[in-house]
Amino acid sequence: MKRRSIVKYAAVAAAMSLGLTACSGGGGGSDQAKQSGTVRVTLANHVWTEGIKAAIPEFEKSSGLKVELTQLGEDQLSDQYNVKLNAGSDEIDVMMYRPLQEGKAFAKNGYLADLTKNVSSDSGWDWKDYQEGPVKATTVDGKVVGVPIITEREVLYYRKDLLQAAGLQVPKTMDELEAAAKAIKASSPETAGFVARTGKSAAVTQFSSFLYSFGGDFVDSSGKASLNTDAAKKAYSFYGGLIKNYGPANVSTDMSWPEAMAIFTQGGAAFYTEADSLYKNATDPAKSKVADKVGFAALPSGPAGSKPYNIPSWALGVNQNSSNQDNAWKFIQWATSKERTLAAQKAGVPGPRASVWSNSEGTSTYPKDLADAIAASAKNGVGHDRPEVVTVGKAREIVGAPIVATITGADSAAAANDAQTAFQSFLDSEKK
Amino acid sequence: MSVLNPPRSAQPRSARGPSGRGSNFSAWANRHRKWLFAAPAMIFVGVLIVFPLAWTLYLSLTDSQGSVRAATEFIGLKNYLTVLTDTDRFWPAVGRTLSFTGLALAFEVVLGMGIALLLWRPFRGEKWVRVAILLPLVATPVAVGMMWRLIFDPNIGFVNQLLGMVGIPPQPWLSGQDTALGTTIFMDVWQWTPMVVLILLAGLTSLSDEPDEAARVDGANAFQRFFYITLPLMMPTVIVAILLRGIDALKTFDILYATKGKGGGSFHEVETLNVYAYGLSFDYNQYGLSSAVLILFFMIIIGSMWLLTMRKKAANK
Repeated sequence: MKRRSIVKYAAVAAAMSLGLTACSGGGGGSDQAKQSGTVRVTLANHVWTEGIKAAIPEFEKSSGLKVELTQLGEDQLSDQYNVKLNAGSDEIDVMMYRPLQEGKAFAKNGYLADLTKNVSSDSGWDWKDYQEGPVKATTVDGKVVGVPIITEREVLYYRKDLLQAAGLQVPKTMDELEAAAKAIKASSPETAGFVARTGKSAAVTQFSSFLYSFGGDFVDSSGKASLNTDAAKKAYSFYGGLIKNYGPANVSTDMSWPEAMAIFTQGGAAFYTEADSLYKNATDPAKSKVADKVGFAALPSGPAGSKPYNIPSWALGVNQNSSNQDNAWKFIQWATSKERTLAAQKAGVPGPRASVWSNSEGTSTYPKDLADAIAASAKNGVGHDRPEVVTVGKAREIVGAPIVATITGADSAAAANDAQTAFQSFLDSEKK
Repeated sequence: MSVLNPPRSAQPRSARGPSGRGSNFSAWANRHRKWLFAAPAMIFVGVLIVFPLAWTLYLSLTDSQGSVRAATEFIGLKNYLTVLTDTDRFWPAVGRTLSFTGLALAFEVVLGMGIALLLWRPFRGEKWVRVAILLPLVATPVAVGMMWRLIFDPNIGFVNQLLGMVGIPPQPWLSGQDTALGTTIFMDVWQWTPMVVLILLAGLTSLSDEPDEAARVDGANAFQRFFYITLPLMMPTVIVAILLRGIDALKTFDILYATKGKGGGSFHEVETLNVYAYGLSFDYNQYGLSSAVLILFFMIIIGSMWLLTMRKKAANK
């Protein structure tokens, strides 16, 4: 008697828990009947998002759809996707993602819907208007899985007043950059000659342009790790050395762009290499103490020339499990239209469409020197700023280790050799 | 439980035999009421504790990575072998977890005892002092992390400026390879000592005055009275405080993540087991490996809890 009732209750409990999980994890599929009038959009905190947010009522009016917006910080967004997409949730329709960070993993896991047909369906919206690099980054195995919205190149931010006071020219080569940083640090020890990201993983993207300009890359043409080449070793020791020798005193090895940007905008450094899409942080008087003294230039040339990355940092995709894919596409089509891209570009977000760059209105709001630097970078740019692998997070930690080692004064070449071994075994493990 | 369950003979007759369809359910319910009443709690435990734990255990035996919905292979204890032989990340993380917990606990208990003794006897303005001491306890850990990060910033932070005024050169604090863990321990001590004070104060207030008075009459000084009378009497309470605070300290994640981010800094300088497991799961998407770390972590926590409860039983005797 007793035993049987235990079994019965256990069965009820099990059935109920199954019912509960069914409630939360259900849905999915592409049932057209379930197409809802509400599009659920998840976006990252970004200047681009602010512009879109303000314009959403416009979209709701013209399309008759309702937009439910979730806005998150970069890391929280990543975690959110990890949890929800992993569970096969249909709670997200449109998702803003980083093609070079998560793109490969998302496509491999089948999180992103195939948009190949959608992008070619509307000639007025014009997929052909998109620059080649960004399109390549959102195309996986021949399928278009995302529409790029923001592009980025690394440029040199500098302090006009400090250069003038020291009688220095804007550096055109890496050697000139080092000499100028040295001169400024020597003349005023309070001001750093150079600042940039120092965090192991955060610094990788900004280091990549130095690596290319010295003639290296993360992997060679045969797909093997190439962190122990002469070029790579020189790049590691140059980037790390600039920060170690001419960087801020007591430099932290955890800096991403907010920390490095803060040092620059507080007037603590003469040179700073960073993504161009963040320039408003330096020129906006509300955020920067040196807003009127900031100049921009293309990345100085290394032995292999000036080769900054030129990449799409963010794109919009559609969740494969969304039951609202048609309306999700309508939102993307509107948010990435020529008009909206131009409006975003004028607000300071470099766009991926060729038309906004050829249009003089598109660069009218940019400082002249920045627009020139962007144009030059777009010409010589390299299409990736981090290793192109599935588990980018882990790869960044490996290839970033020698940067941090150099900054802290360890043997740069030895660190590069260690990273080479680790990175090759990582690449091997990804192939399995 | 047994109180709620009267002997069978005491149950009303109608509850035992079937008498008409309508009362079937109530008869049934009456017969099984101990299960019925316990059901919500059982379901809660099942869904929210047993299931996740069992799922984690299952994942730890597979090669799950990338997406948890992707096909996985059962690989037995291979993940555990990988983790237990990992001297690069796992064992240093175990070391950091234990030293973080050990040091933080030691400071918290000693400081907590000192403060509790000061607050024990009534004095003027007692209420205000108590409120002020409890303030850190109510602050959100992530906000606390952010606040200390600014205070300890090597360039613009308040602490280094203060040190500069008295001629001490700036220290790296959170950004130093050797100083980061110590700085986070300090933050933990700052935030959680009040909780220890609270527990110990409750214990002190419940002590009877007689043994102390007797010792006084016998001519014992303050130190003797504390070490031979108060402390032994307080031992069970101290162990409760260590138990509660210890489990919490082992699991610390918020302030570490808020101050050093993923991976516990560029050199993993504050990477504890919790931070490591989070990185494996959310950054590397290696769910199998991450689950193995979590199961091992779980065993460490259970083990230390067991040791302390043994100690408490001994202290109670």
